[in-house]
Amino acid sequence: MGLLSDPNRRRALISMLTRLNAPICVVCYFAGVAWFMGLAFEPFTLRTYMSENAMGSTMVEERFPAGERALATGREFAAHKKKVGGMPVDWLVKNMQDRGLEVFTQSFSRTLPFPDENKERYIVKGTNVYGILRAPRAPRTEALVLSAPCSPGDNNNQAVGLLLGLAQYFRNQIYWAKDIIFLVNEHDLIGMQAWLEGYHHTNTTGMSWSPLQGRGGSIQAALSLELSSDVITSLDLVLEGLNGQLPNLDLANLFYAFCQKIGVLCTIQGKLQRNDWDSVSGYNHAVQTMMLMVMKQASGRPWGDHGLFLRYHIEAATIKGVNSFRQYKTDATTIGRLLEGMYRKLNNLLERLHQSYFFYLMPSLSHFVSIGYYMPAFGLLAVILLLRALDLWVQLNTPPSTTEDGVADIDQVRHTPGVLSVLTPLVISHLTGVALYALPIRFQETAVEHFPVSETEAVVLTAIAIYTAGLALPHNTHRYYIVCVCGTEQGWRVLKLVAVLYLAVLLGCTALINFSLGFILALTLVPLAAFVTPHVPKVLSAFILVILSPACTLLFSVFFFQELQDMPVSFQDGWLLYLSVISQGILDHSLYGSLVYPLIALLVYPCWLLFWNILFWK
Amino acid sequence: MLCYTSLDILDIQWIWQFFSSGHTNNWAVLVCTSRFWFNYRHVANTLSVYRSVKRLGIPDSHIVLMLADDMACNHRNPKPATVFSHKNMELNVYGDDVEVDYRGYEVTVENFLRVLTGRLPPSTPRSKRLLSDDRSNILIYLTGHGGNGFLKFQDSEEISNVELADAFEQMWQKRRYNELLFIIDTCQGASMYERFYSPNIMALASSQVGEDSLSHQPDLAIGVHLMDRYTFYMLEFLEDIHPASKTNMNDLFKVCPKSQCVSTPGHRTDLFLRDPGSVLITDFFGSVRKVELTMDAINLTDPIKQMEEDPVNGEEQKEVYSYADQLPVSEIIHQKPKQKDWHPPDGFILGLWTLILLVFFKTYGIKHLKHIF
Repeated sequence: MGLLSDPNRRRALISMLTRLNAPICVVCYFAGVAWFMGLAFEPFTLRTYMSENAMGSTMVEERFPAGERALATGREFAAHKKKVGGMPVDWLVKNMQDRGLEVFTQSFSRTLPFPDENKERYIVKGTNVYGILRAPRAPRTEALVLSAPCSPGDNNNQAVGLLLGLAQYFRNQIYWAKDIIFLVNEHDLIGMQAWLEGYHHTNTTGMSWSPLQGRGGSIQAALSLELSSDVITSLDLVLEGLNGQLPNLDLANLFYAFCQKIGVLCTIQGKLQRNDWDSVSGYNHAVQTMMLMVMKQASGRPWGDHGLFLRYHIEAATIKGVNSFRQYKTDATTIGRLLEGMYRKLNNLLERLHQSYFFYLMPSLSHFVSIGYYMPAFGLLAVILLLRALDLWVQLNTPPSTTEDGVADIDQVRHTPGVLSVLTPLVISHLTGVALYALPIRFQETAVEHFPVSETEAVVLTAIAIYTAGLALPHNTHRYYIVCVCGTEQGWRVLKLVAVLYLAVLLGCTALINFSLGFILALTLVPLAAFVTPHVPKVLSAFILVILSPACTLLFSVFFFQELQDMPVSFQDGWLLYLSVISQGILDHSLYGSLVYPLIALLVYPCWLLFWNILFWK
Repeated sequence: MLCYTSLDILDIQWIWQFFSSGHTNNWAVLVCTSRFWFNYRHVANTLSVYRSVKRLGIPDSHIVLMLADDMACNHRNPKPATVFSHKNMELNVYGDDVEVDYRGYEVTVENFLRVLTGRLPPSTPRSKRLLSDDRSNILIYLTGHGGNGFLKFQDSEEISNVELADAFEQMWQKRRYNELLFIIDTCQGASMYERFYSPNIMALASSQVGEDSLSHQPDLAIGVHLMDRYTFYMLEFLEDIHPASKTNMNDLFKVCPKSQCVSTPGHRTDLFLRDPGSVLITDFFGSVRKVELTMDAINLTDPIKQMEEDPVNGEEQKEVYSYADQLPVSEIIHQKPKQKDWHPPDGFILGLWTLILLVFFKTYGIKHLKHIF
């Protein structure tokens, strides 16, 4: 007989499962955490390599000569920007036309759900300017994009200058097989979103924009440039995009290959690579770099203008020029050459980048961890939930032992509550989640009337208020149960079984799309899901439950993130940062369709509330 | 009037050397099987051989040139209308009188085999046909991406070494070549000539099984590798050949030793009847019209003997004539003749089964027959 169909063996297996459940869960948890920490250890990672055959090695000859002229153009741009007080559209149009591009503009406007601290008004209006360099001999079927944002103040002037300088140089070459679109977008991500929506004829976020007059074919790759100083010491690569999506690893490999060829210092997450992986500080460095990437990916917001391209299956990255206190400085001509080399290689592409990985973590720019290596860490955490579910199922189906006088409590035996009994807590938790999702924005005017706060603060504080109000639920909802299960031992077991399975599915789906978010949520939610019962000490468990709730996880993450970037903050500043993070999350959701806020509000928070309910089960 | 003069033994030898090679015309089939910009070097390889072959005298009408992609007019080519074989752009092998017979998607395995065997539809123009006869020496050059026993055509199909060997056998049986020189420059190229079994084939490959053929040098201005090593050094070697040179095949075998090529070039001469040392390069790469001037008259012996008349007698003796075995292939390549498998005749099997059935039904009763009928 088979292992599972033989009743004796099955009983033995089940008894082993129930006996060893807690130890196995603990072991799995620590194994998962250890596996994750071990990912940054260099012998466990792979060196990056170019997978795309068409891009080959870095054998091109870069000849871009006009770095100084590009900087002069940047200064002119800055002057015009100050004169106009915004984006100098006419100057840009004339300049691009003089360089031989086909120039078009697009105006857009967006009503924000609430004015955030950057914009301080409800309506954002702007114009994007873009010029298309047509391929001399090729049909107009494919395009590459180079973009630089038009930022207020003194930022990114050199980026626009370099963009125009490269446009002029590229225009004189005959080897382009794809159209190149040079884009200057206003209001950073909002402008970029308007341009992308106009280019692809979609309207997912409710923005209003004028249709694009000129188009270039399907975009194969895009680079966004952020350069705010005349000389730089290093180039930083930013990969994380909307909802934690990453571009194809080949784009990062291409950047790294050219950095090595030209001899520019290149960093990722702002951290330089170290060679001493076997020392403790070297390992720490790699772990910090990887944790920064995990944090950034988990936040689900695009960390550069490139982040919005990824949704359209366009591989994109942002290159930031950093000027720190180092001896060796790189000038604009060298950066221009690096970009020229990258674009020549992207020009050779025959298909979209697809040969290399789409899911990876990078402890440094030359090493990566692919999905096959990091998923087991999450798998070990998910296994804990499944073991707990099995344990509960066994407990629910074993008849209780007879009492001393031999009369079993018939009511207790017969009264195994069905799944319908848990409907009440489920529905109420999810209604609270819906309230958390919808009410803050809806009631911001009422809040502003009654309290002396700005709209942004109103929204955020309403959210926190609803979150905290949910903690009071178990005391009030017990009288609303459809089937009276109060007091039965089995009632909370059924609820916990449903909650644990729900959490497992939720975390599994999240980890597939955004591994970092799934893993961080799993780190905090899985222990509390495993140990919570009505019988643990109430006060201590309540405290632990609140500490491990999503909101507090976010708070700790904010402080941890600042620590990782070597910019530790005091508690006051940290709290303000936390509030701004929440408001940014809500704003990102309505502006670009980021899924983190709805996920937390509509799914994770109700799940956590179910566990809170179990803790206070009477 | 013929003037008879005394002939030296040396003269006779010199006369017979004149007729030694046995071929009267030359053909070349040059194939590049890969497309895409990063396979620039395969097109450059083929065009270099084309250039040498044309320079040494084979006209376009006797060359079938198959290029799977157009590098000269590719959008990414910074020097349009050129294909360079050497960096610093010393040698433009595209030239200005290239005649490509099969281009782009016309280069398929089927078209290649049809060209070799001559099975083309009647509408095919002459420039796309290999109109060779039994006195033609053919040079076949293949380049592209290959593996152990196959060559990839156009990223979508392959030709195997068995198919190629069978195609050459068809050519031999249809008397479509006198001698054949087969050169292949791909990874693991030696596997492609392992299966040849037709006589008069000499084969060269750029690498052995398990080795990769490497490319020679990248050109940074164009951004691709320009040529493969084996063909590069072969081109260098061929640039020194002129129509009257007497270099022989043994020198070609020495082209690109391991120190230069990194892979080990191989060759196969066991199917070839002549000694490779007596085979001139121009026998295959050039189209040399042999002209010898002499002031003497030379008496060529009559190769055909007259048959003597039989004494007339009453009976007519009828002998059964049969064709002599012109092609003792098994002796040439020292193979055992293949055993034809013996099958029992079909009727015998049918009868055997009928017998078995009858015995079965006899033993177990006739009623089982009901289930069948």
